[in-house]
Amino acid sequence: MSGDTVADMPAETVSVTGWGRTAPSVARVVRPRSYEEAVEAVRGCGRRGGIARGLGRAYGDAAQNAGGAVLDMTGLDRIHVIDTTGASATGSPAGGAGSPARGAACGTVLCDAGVSLHRLMEVLLPLGWFVPVTPGTRYVTVGGAIGADIHGKNHHVSGSFSRHVLSLDLLTADGQVRTVERGTPLFDATAGGMGLTGVILSATVRLHPVETSLMTVDTERATDLDDLMARLTATDHRYRYSVAWIDLLARGASTGRSVLTRGDHAPLDALPARTRRAPLTFRPGQLPAAPLHMPDRLLGRATVGLFNELWYRKAPRSRTGELQKISTFFHPLDGVPHWNRIYGRSGFVQYQFVIGYGKEDALRRIVRRISGRGCPSFLAVLKRFGEGDPGWLSFPMPGWTLALDIPANLPGLGGFLDELDEEVAAADGRVYLAKDSRLRPELIASMYPRLGDFRALRAELDPRGVFVSDLSRRLNL
Amino acid sequence: MKDAFGTPQSLLVLGGTSEIALATARRLIARRTRTVWLAGRPSPALEAAAEQLRALGADVRTLAFDALEPTSHEEVLGKVFAEGDIDMVLLAFGILGDQARDEGDPVAAVRVAQTNYTGAVSAGLVCARALQAQGHGSLVVLSSVAGERARRSNFIYGSSKAGLDAFTQGLGDALHGTGVHVMVVRPGFVRSKMTAGLEEAPMATTPEAVATAIETGLRRHSEVVWVPGTLRLVMSALRHVPRAVFRRLPV
Repeated sequence: MSGDTVADMPAETVSVTGWGRTAPSVARVVRPRSYEEAVEAVRGCGRRGGIARGLGRAYGDAAQNAGGAVLDMTGLDRIHVIDTTGASATGSPAGGAGSPARGAACGTVLCDAGVSLHRLMEVLLPLGWFVPVTPGTRYVTVGGAIGADIHGKNHHVSGSFSRHVLSLDLLTADGQVRTVERGTPLFDATAGGMGLTGVILSATVRLHPVETSLMTVDTERATDLDDLMARLTATDHRYRYSVAWIDLLARGASTGRSVLTRGDHAPLDALPARTRRAPLTFRPGQLPAAPLHMPDRLLGRATVGLFNELWYRKAPRSRTGELQKISTFFHPLDGVPHWNRIYGRSGFVQYQFVIGYGKEDALRRIVRRISGRGCPSFLAVLKRFGEGDPGWLSFPMPGWTLALDIPANLPGLGGFLDELDEEVAAADGRVYLAKDSRLRPELIASMYPRLGDFRALRAELDPRGVFVSDLSRRLNL
Repeated sequence: MKDAFGTPQSLLVLGGTSEIALATARRLIARRTRTVWLAGRPSPALEAAAEQLRALGADVRTLAFDALEPTSHEEVLGKVFAEGDIDMVLLAFGILGDQARDEGDPVAAVRVAQTNYTGAVSAGLVCARALQAQGHGSLVVLSSVAGERARRSNFIYGSSKAGLDAFTQGLGDALHGTGVHVMVVRPGFVRSKMTAGLEEAPMATTPEAVATAIETGLRRHSEVVWVPGTLRLVMSALRHVPRAVFRRLPV
């Protein structure tokens, strides 16, 4: 099945979906294990093109390519240089032109695009360094983190992932490897570009120093949406990390009731004496995986309503300085491998949008509509974004972002989300491409005003349209 | 591409004047469908159907297609797929014939079989290959409960649909794992111009109800859809009724 690709490069034709497990399509998945094989894979993509894929955590169809090639990048998993001297790494292992050093007074790591944030934590935490941005899962690759320009609980302080990328090596449609520096148009098209400018091979990423591998966490409850927004607005700046879990099934006076968890890396002196002896241990726990087959309608209004009620009540009204493991604070769902299976065969849809400050009324309307309709969502989170980054298709912008999950088999869901899109677009907001699996293509240009530049750059860089995904076909990116 | 709910952006209708097909197209255009190909024998009715769908905001093109000329299918349909991905093919052509007359006119009877069965075999295979090359897409085939068990009153039509139904199921199995989704739709008596003047059967339905069932089937990746859904139970009972009894049933 490998066509004219390198003889022994692993390749198989399989059905591929995103993390939401909707809209499968079949592609030839090739797994390059070296930069040379990656070049070979791009050259051998064929008529229906190719797209890079990491650990498949994008919820929708961003890393699928029906009838074409999907480059599984997890075979490129080397960490090349960890530089903690302050003079940042400058190598260019993929053979692009060397990049001059940027004297950041902090640590950097130079690694392949297929390295996961989980792996980086395993390696870096014992050395006293942490990734600059982590989303709700550690199982994303560095390449995916740049391609989706991911954000985390520290966006209001640290921005999105690409803000911490000093340079990257990009394999473009012509089979060349280019070293792409921050501040160039190609960098801004690639950061958040959903893999459509080329295949990221490696990147130099700035790190964040930590004294311990524990978090000190403050928890408080908010009784409704306005209470939540008031609390976040008033005190978010005191915390490096901040997020609120929101009960979207609560109605009436408690619409939008939520649990805020905010914190920072614990300093050494905050640890009890026993833990202080090995402050940088990283041992995330793991539960058994979710079963392969789950009933389709397990997560209904009743079960999720009960879960939300208990989750809200179990949270303390106010608690400060609790010590939590990194995995507990950032990645609770990573504890259950394949947790996405709990939605059953029909899968689920993630919906995340951002609405700018000053448009709070639109946010209130949307939250009321969601809870009024009774969408059974137990993973809903609300967060305040800080300044956006220059990526042309980068999602974050200053404002409120709400993310929620909904079982895909909920009747009428498609039309309902279309109505929410209209609200979001009317408030000059946007939805997140890494989570999208259903946006109406007509809305994309107004949500991402730099889309025209993005298309123009792609037309020039990739005239034959080598890089293509189900997402790019669906939304005409 | 189809979205998370299986709604297509581009649709190819084989049998572009079928009322069920047009009801389905209207429904899908209201959701996501922007490109529609209506294939059928050139006629004012085909153009009128296209005009009607254009008014809903879709980009609609008509295409000369004749089920009775299988040798032309490759070329005619190949052109459509060459212009871009087709997310869904709706195979909707078919004729009812006139059982009483056709029993005495074997040539007319064969025309029913050729349209409903062999024409669909050819068009179905051509579309299946193109969809497989795309790695995605749905092939939705309009069968009928009449094909579930041959009845005295319309076994010529019924046998052609039985063949079509069996062919489609086999094709679905052949395409399993290729990214192509094949769905058989088995409506009962549908009130439409095809059945105008006939005596209505129990549990009669409408083109709009069939369209709704197709949309739901796409979302669920169903392989078989009955319209109305209760027909599945009814037919599974009727299938086991002894011949001597079945023959006398007033259906």
